[in-house]
Amino acid sequence: MSTQPDTPSADSTESMTVREAIRAALREEMDRDEDVFVMGEDVGNYGGVFEVTDGLYEEYGDERVRDTPISEAGFVGAGVGAAASGTRPVVEVMFSDFLGVAGEQIMNQMAKMRYMFGGKAEMPITVRTTEGGGMGAASQHSGTPHTWFAHFPGLKAVTPGTPKAAKGLLKSAIRSNDPVFFFENKLMYEQDGEVPTDPSYTAPIGEAAVEREGSDVTVVATQRLVGESLSVADDLAGEVDVEVVDLRSLYPLDTETLADSIRKTGRMVIADESPVSYGVHAEVVSRMVEDEFFSLDAPLQRVGVPDTHVPFSTPLEDEVVPDGDDVRSAIHQVV
Amino acid sequence: MTLISMKDSDGREEALRRMLLIREFDSTAGDLFADGDIPGFVHLYIGEEAVAVGACAALDEEDFITSTHRGHGHCIAKGLDPRRMMAELLGKRDGYCNGKGGSMHIADVDANMLGANGIVGAGPPLAAGAALTCQYHDEDRVALAFLGDGAVAQGQIHEAINLAATWDLPAVFLVENNHFGEGTPVEEQHNVENLSETAESYNIPGFTVDGMDVTAVNEAVEEARKRAIAGDGPTFIEAETYRYRGHFEGDPQPYRTEEDVERWQQRDPIDAFTEQLIDRGELAESELDDLRAEVEAEIEEAVEFAREADEPTPEEAYDDMFGEPVPEIERFANALRTDGRGGDPQ
Ligand SMILES: Cc1ncc(C[n+]2csc(CCOP(=O)(O)OP(=O)(O)O)c2C)c(N)n1
Ligand SMILES: [Mg+2]
Repeated sequence: MSTQPDTPSADSTESMTVREAIRAALREEMDRDEDVFVMGEDVGNYGGVFEVTDGLYEEYGDERVRDTPISEAGFVGAGVGAAASGTRPVVEVMFSDFLGVAGEQIMNQMAKMRYMFGGKAEMPITVRTTEGGGMGAASQHSGTPHTWFAHFPGLKAVTPGTPKAAKGLLKSAIRSNDPVFFFENKLMYEQDGEVPTDPSYTAPIGEAAVEREGSDVTVVATQRLVGESLSVADDLAGEVDVEVVDLRSLYPLDTETLADSIRKTGRMVIADESPVSYGVHAEVVSRMVEDEFFSLDAPLQRVGVPDTHVPFSTPLEDEVVPDGDDVRSAIHQVV
Repeated sequence: MTLISMKDSDGREEALRRMLLIREFDSTAGDLFADGDIPGFVHLYIGEEAVAVGACAALDEEDFITSTHRGHGHCIAKGLDPRRMMAELLGKRDGYCNGKGGSMHIADVDANMLGANGIVGAGPPLAAGAALTCQYHDEDRVALAFLGDGAVAQGQIHEAINLAATWDLPAVFLVENNHFGEGTPVEEQHNVENLSETAESYNIPGFTVDGMDVTAVNEAVEEARKRAIAGDGPTFIEAETYRYRGHFEGDPQPYRTEEDVERWQQRDPIDAFTEQLIDRGELAESELDDLRAEVEAEIEEAVEFAREADEPTPEEAYDDMFGEPVPEIERFANALRTDGRGGDPQ
């Protein structure tokens, strides 16, 4: 899986934020395919609460950038019905904490329809949603529930850690005939980086990206923790040679790239903002233990939210939301 | 072109034939279940045939429907093949879902039948979505959701109706009020006299029709379809009907008496319509006998087809999870191949 590069190779690039990269992906895919449309709460005239869809309503009109009532079950369900009947919806759920409201349509319709119907239904739906703490939004607007969706059979789940990955993965998600959950970390919208401008650039779902090569320890990170881990790696340069991998895709998961890395380093830290128990971390650990047991030189380490909800008050929030310091401590545990 | 024109006598005979076909299919399915040939849950449609047939007759082939856990009648009314339906009930590869769905999930997306559904109330949002596709593509097509009286208490159906009403989607919501949700009578689940009052909250037309009268259902849906394709939005129809069998096969039915059932059987939708056709001189007794014999033969053939069809092989459990397969599942499938438990892939 991991041997294929992103297509095409990213020759010409432009610096943009994650927000702009997502918007560019939406624009390019709406231009490419008339059946692509966006819907969600306040995505239209308002431009989205995080301003991701800003300007698209003016460009594409209210049919293709559609404001919905506050009915997650209704409009996610309508997205499923629309996808099964010949359109390609991109549904925005304002906060991932609200996904439970649409739980039934996700679990029993979106995820199961193709399989239950013996492969005869297509499900080209993308669900864009926001995750993560760090803005004092308290427990009901700060969760990172992506493990649920990576775990649930029939869904694909991606978590970009760079602007480039955000654009490439969203384009792949929209083109896919499978349901893909696209998780945007709220603190990343202003993060910038070089992004390929060629509209045919995509990042394949199911491939991790090595963001920094190193030989002493592998940090497998997602979302905001990719950037944090890269800073830590810079800080530790000369002392510890850290390899940083942006996992990018939770399901399918790129076991090969992780295995290649651990064969080289023998050590691994998994940094993901979801709660530590029963999560993405554990899945990566299992695969490394199953496939690369004899490459391991030290216990694998998990960095994530310590199984609490995300509290409101800043000192409390700072305690549980993982950051670069947590990654650094985990690295020091194993080298 | 509507599926069946109930304005002419050939169409009316076809409507009768389909009602008979549903009844024969379902009584046969009941027998097969009792004999242990059908695994899982089976919910029969007997008694409610006029609703599915009256409604689907008013639809175009290109129109979408969503169905319920009690879906066999909707399938046959929409024109699905009883042979492949029966094969699905028996878990065979030649079934509509290659044996992966069973009674509660029969679907034929190619025929715009978006599936029976094991989740009460899940169909209406899907129908709203299909109606959105019709509107988005600017086509003269509609989506009709069948739902039970019990489903009217589900939140997601109200979200779907509000969405469809607000966006003027070409949708029809058709409630089959068979007076029970499992074992609980409709009066104990709702605070309104007629479920069609639901429509008022959404400022859309709502009607209660006699669901034992195929013509009444047909006319109501025909009107609703016209409104929908004219861009005037959805209609909410309640059809009053009754199921003769238990909620599922094997239901001990402590919630009603045999007399209750018999009272409704006096107004049997097939008998009533047959009588009308005979009275009008459109159908002779001998033609009725022929029709019945034809329908019995068709279902017998369906059973034979289903019995002779192949079972799926264990490998097929790994197919169809995704359009673009994932290495995780390939790995599990490969493990099966290498330990030699798989049958012959055909
Ligand atoms: C969400 C959900 N809750 C409960 C059930 C269990 N269940 C299956 S059918 C049924 C009754 C449904 O009643 P109604 O909608 O009136 O349909 P009917 O069976 O009468 O055709 C129930 C409670 C289910 N399948 N889905
Ligand atoms: Mg009922």
